[in-house]
Amino acid sequence: MPTLPSDFVDGVRDAAPLHLGIVPFGLVAGVAAVEQGLSIFHAIGFSTVVFAGASQLAMIELLGSDAPLAIVVGTAVVVNLRMLMYSASIAPYFRDFAARSKTIASYLLTDQAFALSLARYNRETGTDRFAYYIGVAVSLWAVWQVATVAGAVLGTGLPPEWGLGFAAPLVFLALLVPALKDRASAASGVVGGIVAVAVVAAGIPYHLDIIVAAVAGVAAGLAVESFGGDA
Amino acid sequence: MATSYDPVTVWGVIVVAGVLTFGIRASFIYLFGHIDTVPPRVKSALEYVPAAVFAALVFPAVVAPAGDVALSLGNERLVAGVLAALAAWYTERVFVTIAVGMGALWFLRFVV
Repeated sequence: MPTLPSDFVDGVRDAAPLHLGIVPFGLVAGVAAVEQGLSIFHAIGFSTVVFAGASQLAMIELLGSDAPLAIVVGTAVVVNLRMLMYSASIAPYFRDFAARSKTIASYLLTDQAFALSLARYNRETGTDRFAYYIGVAVSLWAVWQVATVAGAVLGTGLPPEWGLGFAAPLVFLALLVPALKDRASAASGVVGGIVAVAVVAAGIPYHLDIIVAAVAGVAAGLAVESFGGDA
Repeated sequence: MATSYDPVTVWGVIVVAGVLTFGIRASFIYLFGHIDTVPPRVKSALEYVPAAVFAALVFPAVVAPAGDVALSLGNERLVAGVLAALAAWYTERVFVTIAVGMGALWFLRFVV
């Protein structure tokens, strides 16, 4: 029996603490799909085809309130734009991969796979980069799929008065807090949040709140960065 | 709170969003050698996307759950959201944040 490369095993092991962390997130992604009237197969589709939790949740919420399809997709793109940075930062390490390996690695790119792999590559230059990355990324992928299905199955049986739809904003809250790491990002968060509320309260149609708030929030962050010193 | 879109349309959304998301992920991994770096201004802008986007996804659901701003203790989602925010701040754990937020919501709804 062939043995697994040790760097692959290292990747799985390093990702283990994060596996537990994404379980509640995956459960919510599954529950939310069912809550908004989608099928368990849609939940699986979101998790396998899109495989980006925050954007999945955002799309599910928007579909549940019958937002225009262009807004649903546009919001997903905005939510996932941060991965452009991950792609750029990790690209030099993947330069010698075969085209097929690049495709697989791209599909599996997540916040967690990016952070763990980059740290390892800088720490141990002799790492089999693909094997390590796949160990981290595939194990996260598998946990994500199982958690989503479990969430969708669970969500089917839960009474609506439990208000499980509220779990989605709670997940975003858990993602928001660590993103407020300095004054400029705090400004972009505060402005983004207030603008989103203003757009919703003003009754502006088409669920444009997230896209408009993202633009305003990023502008606020850049303004504070330029004029507010470097604190 | 259920979608009126038919199942096939939802699959269309899944596929289009999936392709675009893959494009974002693959962009620089494929283009390396042609475009190696993100312009600094774009890089800064991208750094603020998560804070702005996640705040935009949280605030309306907590501050204006029914579409109108409701800043009072009678808004159970606002109270639960503030408690969950404290949990997120001190633990930085998704599970604890959800548990505190849902626990507070259920307490306010079924006990108080």
